[in-house]
Amino acid sequence: MQTYKLTVNGQPKEVTVDPSTPLLWVLREDLKMTGTKYGCGISACGACTVHVAGVATRSCVVPVSLIGDRPIVTIEGIGQDRVGRAVQDAWVAEDVVQCGYCQSGQIMSAVALLERQRTPTDADIEESMGGNICRCGTYVRIRKAIKAAAEQLA
Amino acid sequence: MEYASTIRGSSAVLILIAWSGTLSLAQNTPQKAALPTREAGLAAWQQVYSVLTYPRCINCHTATNHPEQGDDRHPHLFNVVRGPGGKGVPGLNCATCHQSANADSPGVPGGYNWHLAPLSMKWQDTNDNILSSPEVCRSLTDRSKNGGLDGPGILRHHEQEPLVLWAFQPGQRRDGTERSLPPLTHEQFVAATRIWVAAGTPCPQNY
Repeated sequence: MQTYKLTVNGQPKEVTVDPSTPLLWVLREDLKMTGTKYGCGISACGACTVHVAGVATRSCVVPVSLIGDRPIVTIEGIGQDRVGRAVQDAWVAEDVVQCGYCQSGQIMSAVALLERQRTPTDADIEESMGGNICRCGTYVRIRKAIKAAAEQLA
Repeated sequence: MEYASTIRGSSAVLILIAWSGTLSLAQNTPQKAALPTREAGLAAWQQVYSVLTYPRCINCHTATNHPEQGDDRHPHLFNVVRGPGGKGVPGLNCATCHQSANADSPGVPGGYNWHLAPLSMKWQDTNDNILSSPEVCRSLTDRSKNGGLDGPGILRHHEQEPLVLWAFQPGQRRDGTERSLPPLTHEQFVAATRIWVAAGTPCPQNY
């Protein structure tokens, strides 16, 4: 077991865990932040996506020992960011969610996209969101919401 | 595979010993140290080529819009794409999964600045067929394609580049087994590169 100091959504956190513990389980089990979801556990579905130093990151395959001093932002904190707020508002306005299980990861990836490309094309959206799977098939509404958020941010 | 690795490794060591012997003899005379012959350089190149075209290396030297994975060099899962800088796209970067070191518990390889080689350094065709030894050699020695590296620069790259070093310590797969290694050790790979560079980076002629 080892103690790690993390910055999560701007707040200092300290956890004592096995170094190989995936960040996902540190968030969910140790910090009780259950907005980030466990989907596949092999980075194939994107449900566990958080931001690490601004990069969309699959928390299910990143051991806490490799985080270092990079700040972490989760779905609980993304609304504090202007782009994050715009995406969440668009998600509500477009009524994107069906069952909702994958949507934390979808939003985190969408924010990462819009942080770097304010006017994404359909191809940009398909490539950047291609690692986020939605069993309910909300892809059309996701694309519409990303474009709506982009317009709001323009 | 292990037999081939041993043979290849032995060949590299023999070439190095032969070259070192030449140097030792030369050091006893007032003449300049003899450089390895073109033939020795070409033999060393074949050793280098055997590593460059091994999956640990060539999987990220593709000619397509995606990297490859595994010893069967299948297209990278999860809809991963090259992106404009070879590091994926926003929302799906290489760093979305690949960190600065191997993550053995989930079986995700990692190294500093994980990325695809640029298309100018592709060592495959667009059908994922590995390019021939002369083709890879010409590509590797073309400074307009290789980032401006001369022979000593290529040697340094093979000695020090973190992603080159990763290929020789690639960590574990998700099932806990070790990823397979290139046919030479890193020391043998560098030794072969050194001979090839000292010989003037000769490339085979025939396609």
